[in-house]
Amino acid sequence: MQKSILERLDTRLDAIDEYEREPVPDSKRKGWKGFLGMYAGEHTAGTEFVIGPLFVAHGVAAYDLIWGLIVGNILAVLSWAFLCAPVAVKTKLTLYWQMKKICGDKLALIYNIVNALMFCFLAGSMIAVSATAVGLPFGIAMPSLGDWLPTSLGWILTVFLVGAVITVVAILGYDYVARFANIAFPWMILVFIAAALAVLPQLGVTSISDFWTVAQEKIWTGIPAEGQSKFTFWHVMFFAWFANMAMHIGMADMSILRFAEKWQHGFSSATGMFFGHFIAWMASGILTAAAAGAIAPGIIAYNSAGIAGAICVVIAGWTTANPTIYRAGLAFQSVTPDWKRWKVTLFTGLVTSIAACFPALVMKLLDFVALYGLVLMPMGAVIFLDVMVFKKMNLQSNFAEASGSDFNWAAGLTWFITLILCVFINFYMGIEIFFLGLPGWFIAVLLYIGLSIFYQRRQEAAVQSVAG
Amino acid sequence: MKIILIILSVLGLALTVIPSVLVFVQDISLQTHQNIMVFGMLLWFGTSPFWMKEQKL
Repeated sequence: MQKSILERLDTRLDAIDEYEREPVPDSKRKGWKGFLGMYAGEHTAGTEFVIGPLFVAHGVAAYDLIWGLIVGNILAVLSWAFLCAPVAVKTKLTLYWQMKKICGDKLALIYNIVNALMFCFLAGSMIAVSATAVGLPFGIAMPSLGDWLPTSLGWILTVFLVGAVITVVAILGYDYVARFANIAFPWMILVFIAAALAVLPQLGVTSISDFWTVAQEKIWTGIPAEGQSKFTFWHVMFFAWFANMAMHIGMADMSILRFAEKWQHGFSSATGMFFGHFIAWMASGILTAAAAGAIAPGIIAYNSAGIAGAICVVIAGWTTANPTIYRAGLAFQSVTPDWKRWKVTLFTGLVTSIAACFPALVMKLLDFVALYGLVLMPMGAVIFLDVMVFKKMNLQSNFAEASGSDFNWAAGLTWFITLILCVFINFYMGIEIFFLGLPGWFIAVLLYIGLSIFYQRRQEAAVQSVAG
Repeated sequence: MKIILIILSVLGLALTVIPSVLVFVQDISLQTHQNIMVFGMLLWFGTSPFWMKEQKL
């Protein structure tokens, strides 16, 4: 009997095996090219069109911006190379399946739901950025800095159109995502550079020697916009370092780097950091200064680079949202293992598109990015210690799997207590959310070691008393 | 054939960025630069997928 179109599609899509539930085989490992383009495309994204302008709005001075970005981005690359990549290459597993071995099914379930929702919100902000450009030719009213709720039916329809296209590409699998990022990246970064270069004369730069003076006096003036807090070198450095904290210190990029042939491929994140989080953030800051402080990505890109600029915003959002939806899909899949991957990704795309309808995700992007990294960071510390350090300390790795537990209390308490202490530091010591990741990581490390010693010794004592 | 596609792709990238330099030195207008960028974009996306897809990912 002839299969229906839906049945054939189902069979074909189900055949795209991404090794979510088993170690990646050696034959499927990827070389540098598989990561250089992926990272460059992922971090030269639609959100860069928002972050650069928000730095300008927060009154970052030119000197603070440049040195803050250089130092912060180097620290981010080192975090990928020395924390995330070694774990990913050693385990060859996704974050989510490694979590199950360490934390047990119930704790992994809680973590994965939180993780997947955070990724959905992040991808949602990228879809919203793309939508600000897609809606331009249709005259759809774009949300402004003060808008938190959907502003019109046209906005919602635009968001769902963009979300549908991005979801289909994510369903087709990692290779398609990497291929599209590889193709789009060289053009995108040149659009960022060209757009900024072309508007410099409007700001009064007519020769290279004028740039530094104009940068200090008209772009990164050091004076925040009304109602915005003042950002210093430390804000820029820590934001650049922790903007992707969930990915490197939080270990989410195990899902990507498990395909790496060697841990050194973690250094390929430098393409994303220095093209995307250096050149693109500076370029978009210049664009917003030339647009008299406008923030909407579609508008500032269209003003400087015309139709190509608007399309760049759409594609830039797309290339970042794709791997983010892919990661969120992996997280949801571990929660619903009976669902096929493409169905999970379709569901993820729907949740993401609904979230994208709310402009608050874009307008409060800096705070949200800092929050989502912070929330996921403690489990990254847990995984790093468990995989790389515990055996050297004569502690049991993958404790939940070894003991048959479905909730590793050492890991769970590490996560919860670290976050509670971070909230305490934020509220009672007045340390801003952008800085909390650093003390938080050390708190998590100390807690997990101490709690693991306590729970593992208690388990051993219980086993010995039963045996005796 | 492949070498022609690569040359066209590189030309597409050149048409994306070089006009902005000409705007910077005030040889062409912003509008002209924007029009040329569209042409560069079409050249890049019209040619690069045919040779870039051969790379091992």
